[in-house]
Amino acid sequence: MDLELMINSLPKLLNAAVITLKLLSVSLIIGLFIGLFFAILRLNKNIFINRFAYGYSYVFRGTPLLVQIFIIYFGLGQIEYLRSTVLWVILKEPYWCAIIAFALNTGAYTSEILRSAFQTIKPGIIEAGKSLGISNKVIFYKIQIPIAIRQSLPAYGNEIILMMKGTSLASTVTIMDLTGVAKYIISTTFKPIEVFIVAGGIYLFMTFIIHNVIKFLEKKYSFN
Amino acid sequence: MELLAFGDTGWGDELFYATLMTIAVSITAMFIGFLFALIFTPLKLSKNKFLNFIANSYTTIIRGVPELLVIYLFFFGGTGAVMFVASIFGYNEYIEINAFITGAFAIGIISGAYSTEVFRGAIQSIDKGQFEAANVLGLNKFGKFFKIILPQTLRLAIPNLSNVWQITLKDTSLISVTGLVEIMRQSYIAAGSTRDPLFFYSFAAVLYLLLTFVSMKLINRLEVKYSRGY
Repeated sequence: MDLELMINSLPKLLNAAVITLKLLSVSLIIGLFIGLFFAILRLNKNIFINRFAYGYSYVFRGTPLLVQIFIIYFGLGQIEYLRSTVLWVILKEPYWCAIIAFALNTGAYTSEILRSAFQTIKPGIIEAGKSLGISNKVIFYKIQIPIAIRQSLPAYGNEIILMMKGTSLASTVTIMDLTGVAKYIISTTFKPIEVFIVAGGIYLFMTFIIHNVIKFLEKKYSFN
Repeated sequence: MELLAFGDTGWGDELFYATLMTIAVSITAMFIGFLFALIFTPLKLSKNKFLNFIANSYTTIIRGVPELLVIYLFFFGGTGAVMFVASIFGYNEYIEINAFITGAFAIGIISGAYSTEVFRGAIQSIDKGQFEAANVLGLNKFGKFFKIILPQTLRLAIPNLSNVWQITLKDTSLISVTGLVEIMRQSYIAAGSTRDPLFFYSFAAVLYLLLTFVSMKLINRLEVKYSRGY
């Protein structure tokens, strides 16, 4: 055990953890909107819209996140046309490519979580709203969405933790996040166990915080 | 299409063998995971606090730390550990461990943590009466486990195990960082030498989709088989 290395690498790894958290929060926020959008499409009665939303979530849940990042980072740059558009400003940055991939990926899982939450809302609640003369739009925003959010909190909490682990793949496209810096220190010092303990400890700490925040929210918004 | 031709001109045969490699690593990892689950599930269900603590640490750490970090630990640490043992016996040359073994072991440990949780949940949700009935019938420990508990556990566990299988299959793409030539690594090589990453990575995505689709169909059959009588 090389305690000195562990202490010396801690500040570097903590700095990198900030990047991990940034990647995580930005992609979760974008992913939540994507997820909500596709969950609403899934509930649509039009079979083409429905199939399209299902296809999106099937493809993104059925392929590894690494493939998705590589297609966006290495693949899209190959299209000459894209290079001449405004989009290229975003797509040439590995940071934004990673965020796009993460957001699309978490969006697919979130859409499934929200869809099942919408479907488990008892019809009686919506009927109660209708009999009170509330418009469909208000029923959706004021009744269905809040209940769906509450229903999906436990599953969404898992998704946040999975996504936090997923951000480690950003290191494969040259971003120095927590895993990227850990790998750099390991490959320069050849002390994998020490670095793993420190970096893994930081990840576990973040998991612990997320887990407890979700638990707190579940309690706060529980029906009883 | 000529990019996918078999033989020297295209990448078809290379990608075909890479797909077989992905399947082989996934199955090996899943199997190693089952071995870990076999050890840690009883520890989780045990009444001994210390054994509980060991099993809980295993599942918590593995499920809270990114897969890639675990793979790096094995990739860099595995060689070091083997070389350390070899140096005791006076062998000081560089030893490289097989990427297949390192990769399958790393993914297997991850998959094992998920399998452990699945088996724990399945065994816990079996009705207490079943255990008591088995006792009343005078079955011995093995009979009780193999005839009464295991069949019911499998029925409850298969849907969740199919999720674990999907996770394991997708996690094997991460082994490409260690140089094992599976779908992802082969696509990387092909993309590099043809300068056509969009095509090869998209094709890799199609291969993974195909694998998940086919395995889901097979698992659904198993599910039907094990839920006979319900």
